[in-house]
Amino acid sequence: MNDRSPDGEAVWAHRSRLRVIPPVQPRKLAKVPFVELADGRLQGVVSSGSDISRVYVSSIAAGTHNYNCSTNNNRPCGGLYGSPCKHLQALTAEAVLQYGLDRVATYLRVEVPEGADLIACLSGGHEPAPAAMVFSRFLRHLAYLEVPATTVPIPEMHWFPSEGAVH
Amino acid sequence: MLAVQLAGLLDGDPEGTGEALALVDGFDDALVHGLARLSEERAEAPAALAGAFSATPIGDRLAEAAAKVASGSITEEHLTALAGGRAALFGAVHDALLADLDAALGRERAPWYPAPRSEQDTAANLLGGARSWLRELAITGWRGVDHDLVSAVDQITEGLTVVPGLRRLAVLLDGFAAELRASCPVGTMEHLPVRRWADLWTRALLLAQDGVLPGEPRPVATVSGRLLILGVDVHEHGTAVQFQVHAVLEPADGGQARLVRTSVTAAKVDTIVGPALWKLAHDHKVLLAALAGHLSLEVTDLPLLDGGDVIWHDDRASLGKPADPFTTARLHLAGVLAPAVPPLERVPVRIAEPVLIEGYEVTGDGSFDLGGSVLAVDTARLPGCGPLTPKLVAGSSACVGLVRWDGGCWLLQPLAVQAKVKRETVAVGTGDWAQGPTDPKVVKAEARSGDAVAVLRERAGRLLRQ
Repeated sequence: MNDRSPDGEAVWAHRSRLRVIPPVQPRKLAKVPFVELADGRLQGVVSSGSDISRVYVSSIAAGTHNYNCSTNNNRPCGGLYGSPCKHLQALTAEAVLQYGLDRVATYLRVEVPEGADLIACLSGGHEPAPAAMVFSRFLRHLAYLEVPATTVPIPEMHWFPSEGAVH
Repeated sequence: MLAVQLAGLLDGDPEGTGEALALVDGFDDALVHGLARLSEERAEAPAALAGAFSATPIGDRLAEAAAKVASGSITEEHLTALAGGRAALFGAVHDALLADLDAALGRERAPWYPAPRSEQDTAANLLGGARSWLRELAITGWRGVDHDLVSAVDQITEGLTVVPGLRRLAVLLDGFAAELRASCPVGTMEHLPVRRWADLWTRALLLAQDGVLPGEPRPVATVSGRLLILGVDVHEHGTAVQFQVHAVLEPADGGQARLVRTSVTAAKVDTIVGPALWKLAHDHKVLLAALAGHLSLEVTDLPLLDGGDVIWHDDRASLGKPADPFTTARLHLAGVLAPAVPPLERVPVRIAEPVLIEGYEVTGDGSFDLGGSVLAVDTARLPGCGPLTPKLVAGSSACVGLVRWDGGCWLLQPLAVQAKVKRETVAVGTGDWAQGPTDPKVVKAEARSGDAVAVLRERAGRLLRQ
């Protein structure tokens, strides 16, 4: 039985225990610690290659495919010469690892011919976008790791079965 | 579980289940399109739900709430009444199903005694914020949900997460909002998880009432004795994982053995998946060692809650002798005392009753055929943090699992199986990798993707305290 199969309507309508969001694939997080498909963009945070305490905020809008890359203080990335910089390339490559090509391409609304690179199929240009919001979502993301574990039972978690055994 | 017991269980739904679920479905369908847009056919649904309670003390309140909602006056109070009605109907379905299951298994269940009241956390503004977001959702309907509506709950969950007594609501809202966000714009989604989202909405609205969640857990007793692990059920969404251990407690004072659950829940992010999840529970070394090593535990003075949950304290436990879950199940499950289910937890999704099943044939779709009665096996949801795979389950000769009920059917969720690996019969369970994976292939894959927990903790250390 597969919840996400095309004939799954009855299953979806009447089941309480479902994994609505497919689990993401593990990947190395050092270079691109944060990737998400949210607010109509593929967006994330890319570590600077030269300065360990600096990060870049990179994003690509769904539909228009306009892109932006800047430091978290809104200083524009020096690598944006009319085409996506290496941070944007790293962002899309890691997004494909994390979510799979289909999910990223569908979200961005882009056709990727078989064997082609996703970033080569994007047609947008540079368009400034606020980095602060993405960066604060990243900080919020990191803050989860500071929340202490608890041994008080959370019965509501029965609605969220784990899945993914595919070894 | 014997063939005759399974046959008894599968012999028809409890009386009235179909009618109760039809009323729930009608109400759930109204939430798809939003209570602000109740067209003729759906306007009846809240009234029909309320009608089921006409002979009860809450009948008048529900009838009034249904009438007001149909006329477009949708207040928090009316929504709470309707959510209460839906929860009560589903609660009755739960009770009937569990009674059927207990009867089939011949399992004795303890009566429920309320726990003493404790101090409430006063976080009235956060709870009020959650209720008003849930009201907006109900008015808009799932089909109308957009990014702005989903994002409006972010600040509320952030606040709830840091109040220990409100963690349950925080974890629920976080998982729910993430699904809505990933499904945006919901209007274009092909299939909707109609019952699921109504379940989550209902439970969230009930937990968000002032005074429902206790500030501290309220034990009904403390227990000591030998804990024999049956297996671990893993629950997970993007920002939380719960390891829920099912075990038999042999009380130190020699009383009847009882079924208990004990849990560890950790916050996480979506990129921490698979065997790395266990690292989030690393403070509970004794528990993890018992899971990985198939060992029994000696526990002293652990608080017991009204629903059979034991609050884990790693420093009040020590490792005991080897204990195989199949031996435990064979020795104890027939005469074990099952815990009561607290009123607010009475919902079919919570039914997770440990059983041992053996002597089955595995059918083409992976179900277990036990003497002609066929029980579906939920192999799509084996946790990625353990070694149990659909293939191992399909090749197994005995299984310790949880009987669940979902979407109108009974299901078996495997926790451990006995299977032949390289001509040797071995027991493989979901908790075997609690101290790290033991399969060299998985160890290698883990090494390739690096230590996600450590990388993110390093980033958090550097960026959060600037």
